[in-house]
Amino acid sequence: MKPRHKRIALITGGLATVGIAAALVLNALNSNIAFFVTPTEIAEGKAPQGQIFRIGGIVKEGSIRRDNLTVHFAITDTAKEVPVTYTGILPDLFQEGKGAVAQGRINPDGTFTATEVLAKHDENYMPPEAQHAVDQAQKAQKTIKQ
Amino acid sequence: MNKFTLPLVGFIALVALLAVGLGLNPREVPSPLVGKPAPDFKVPQLHDPNASFSPNEMLGKVWLFNVWASWCVSCREEHPIIVEYTKRPDAIPVIGLNYKDKREDGQRWLARFGDPYVLSAFDLDGRVGINYGVYGVPETYLIDKQGVIRFKQIGPITPTVLEEKILPLIKELNK
Amino acid sequence: MIPELGHFALILAFFVSLVQGVLPLVGAHKNRADWVAVARPATAASFLLVGVSFACLTWAFYVNDFSVEYVAGHSNTQLPTMYRLSAVWGGHEGSLLLWVFMLVGWAAAVAAFSRQLPAAMVARVLGVLGLVTVGLMAFVLLTSNPFDRLMSPPAEGRSLNPLLQDPGLIYHPPLLYMGYVGMAVAYAFAMAALLAGQLDAAWARWSRPWTTVAWVFLTLGIALGSWWAYYELGWGGWWFWDPVENASFMPWLVCTALIHSLAVTEKRGSFKNWTVLLAIAAFSLSLLGTFLVRSGVLTSVHAFATDPKRGLFILILLAVVVGASLLLFAARAPKVSPGGRFELISRETFLLVNNVLLVVACGAVLLGTLYPLIVDAFGGGKISVGPPYFNAVFIPIMLPLLVLVALGPVARWKQADLPAMLKKLWPAAVAAVAAGIVLPMLAGEWHAYVALALALVGWMSAALVLQTIDRLKAGSPTASWWGMQIAHFGLAVMVVGIAMVSTYQEERDVRMEPGETVSVGGYTFKFLGVKESRGPNYTADVGTFELSQDGKLMRLLHPEKRAYDTSQMPMTEAAIDAGFTRDVYVSLAEPLSPDVENGPWAVRVYFKPFVDWIWGGSLLMALGGLLAAADRRYRIRAKSSAAVAANAAGAAA
Repeated sequence: MKPRHKRIALITGGLATVGIAAALVLNALNSNIAFFVTPTEIAEGKAPQGQIFRIGGIVKEGSIRRDNLTVHFAITDTAKEVPVTYTGILPDLFQEGKGAVAQGRINPDGTFTATEVLAKHDENYMPPEAQHAVDQAQKAQKTIKQ
Repeated sequence: MNKFTLPLVGFIALVALLAVGLGLNPREVPSPLVGKPAPDFKVPQLHDPNASFSPNEMLGKVWLFNVWASWCVSCREEHPIIVEYTKRPDAIPVIGLNYKDKREDGQRWLARFGDPYVLSAFDLDGRVGINYGVYGVPETYLIDKQGVIRFKQIGPITPTVLEEKILPLIKELNK
Repeated sequence: MIPELGHFALILAFFVSLVQGVLPLVGAHKNRADWVAVARPATAASFLLVGVSFACLTWAFYVNDFSVEYVAGHSNTQLPTMYRLSAVWGGHEGSLLLWVFMLVGWAAAVAAFSRQLPAAMVARVLGVLGLVTVGLMAFVLLTSNPFDRLMSPPAEGRSLNPLLQDPGLIYHPPLLYMGYVGMAVAYAFAMAALLAGQLDAAWARWSRPWTTVAWVFLTLGIALGSWWAYYELGWGGWWFWDPVENASFMPWLVCTALIHSLAVTEKRGSFKNWTVLLAIAAFSLSLLGTFLVRSGVLTSVHAFATDPKRGLFILILLAVVVGASLLLFAARAPKVSPGGRFELISRETFLLVNNVLLVVACGAVLLGTLYPLIVDAFGGGKISVGPPYFNAVFIPIMLPLLVLVALGPVARWKQADLPAMLKKLWPAAVAAVAAGIVLPMLAGEWHAYVALALALVGWMSAALVLQTIDRLKAGSPTASWWGMQIAHFGLAVMVVGIAMVSTYQEERDVRMEPGETVSVGGYTFKFLGVKESRGPNYTADVGTFELSQDGKLMRLLHPEKRAYDTSQMPMTEAAIDAGFTRDVYVSLAEPLSPDVENGPWAVRVYFKPFVDWIWGGSLLMALGGLLAAADRRYRIRAKSSAAVAANAAGAAA
């Protein structure tokens, strides 16, 4: 094989690999990213219907209700709240009054069915997404006040 | 410019992205409570379970509301600054909020490190903290004569914060 | 007094490192032997001083000196001594000091074990390491001083995060940092070669054992971290594609590519620029990982105290270190002579494909890790990229690599004969088909995914056997050849674990009253009840479960739910019955009627087939790496080349 042909073969092979990888990446990114939505945005009807997304905020005090393995609670960003249902075992750090993030779908009746509930390793910590939701809601309240 | 500079160009783009990323999460969020009336509550006092405290009692005064706990390390760091401040002749009253603590622990802590507070309210279950949007202990609120929050410090008060932010504001509010 | 001594030693070490970073580099450039000679003593002094500093911090933990803020924040008197000592690296400041300690440790090792190398080369390597050390020490001293005192010392410290009170924490961070920091050595060798303008096979040979040892540490560190997450977090997962995990995995991928590329550079003199670029990339990624973990720009389940000031500092450090290296690369690389030529079918090509695949995989992981940041930076809102993305991208990129593992080692350098290779390997192809059809059926249900994975395992293992037979015929192989075989075998073992556990694992969350039973994977758990018990610094609800198979009682399992005294956070301690072919796993979640005596609990049970093979495979890889690094030829040849140089010098004189 001539050196020129060899070069072309190597470059074609390299490009093909990168191309396939890029296609894989784009395809996977499209179907596997979860948008982050705050309870206020849900109240405003901005939640993506029929799609998996995340909500974050504080677990409302006094809202946890257990029904065997199914847990009902509300996530609030201090302005609005969303009722959440989750079946399964919650992370150790899941507590009333603490930040939490839930991933799942919104139901037509406005409740949120979570497939995953996240909390963080550190006890003094609030997940950044939960923090973000609370900040957003409080900023909004402030603008309304003024 | 040759093909060997490409990694450098890619890297510069990455650093630019990371720099933007650093700026995205400003940790000093302007508190939404500033400029709003301090939420009202009524809880027992730390030293006397039979006596209670409510912010309404402080109307007509400029005062500091300091959230602390015996389990909080940063509070130990901040505490001497508050103790020193309250020794000044022109100091305004400081009310403590003992947050999610055990009564004995809180009392012992004050006995050990000094008690600069007029009194400490006792927030066993953290309910007051929720209303004030406490992210982490310590936090301090400056409340004016009308009961409106004028300033909020997240994290310990440092001498700089006290001198440059809190004291000038107190002077202004006391006019 | 002791903490001040530690602080002082660290400041001294900073200046010594500055000398170590400047004089030898200038000396090597100007051919001044006296300045070059400074490198070794300066490195030793810096190592000693940082060692003193580290010992002082450890002492402060040992004697519970809570006047030191970092000690008060991460330890208390109730903490068992073992954890008090490992708490030294349980937080941001201390773990950075450990980072620096290991960096100077690596430098000292290079100084001690490279007597055969030319003095100028060693001076340049130590000089580059000295400059990196200066940057990191400045970071510690300016933003994260672990020796800061508190104005009024507390009587008792805050607890170490209960999650970190585990034997895994004692070994995991040091191993991982050894690997992370080891990337700096590979980087320093590459920079030294660039600075000297001597990118040649000799450089590759000197750099290889160091790179391999760093890779071994990184492999062990990652594997241990994964194992720790598996049994300590009680989630039953072993890899979460969390940004912090990715931060250590990306340098590993690039370093693996680097090891292979260095082989080509040493043996054939090809890929020189590419190898240098990989060495720079591996170290850049370990710095990037540090940035991502400690600046708080990304959401992760691993919490480090985040501080934008620290983030900015690491970003500047990253920009200076990597920017300067890439600038030097851009200036020097065009002048590098091309290496030996090779045909399209040759071992060079196979190793090139290996490199491309590993680097592309690393790129995909990097993109997934940074994507939330990218979207946010362009105002696209907050998003998260989940594990499905990484699985969907990473696995298809890795599959061709598993095919190539069998081909690469039998291909000849320069020009290989593909038909002859295939003829040699046909039994492996048969083994692959057989393994793909039969093994999944033995395991239970036949799935295409697990069949493909096991077929590849069959292909790799059979090829390993064939390669070994072939090689033994040609005479006794070197240690580094055995190292390669063992590491590749480790890869096959790991693939078995991953494929089996992700396909056949069973997991159930159930409500259990005392006396009830639940079954997974043919094992039955009988819940006997929960009792309260007292540990050294916690109280625990200890559950008792009877594990039985086919009606035969095997053993009792005791999962715990702990409440630590100094923390409000409950901790789940899973009980695991580990075995060669499976783990069974039970953890207590929470009491469902806390007021009722002997009430029901939420319980999670798992059946994890072959999960331990994942870590067994990692251990084999690490073992292979050690064997390869220990190959005598790295020392002998270096000595003989030194002898040649001496002879030449003698002849000239």
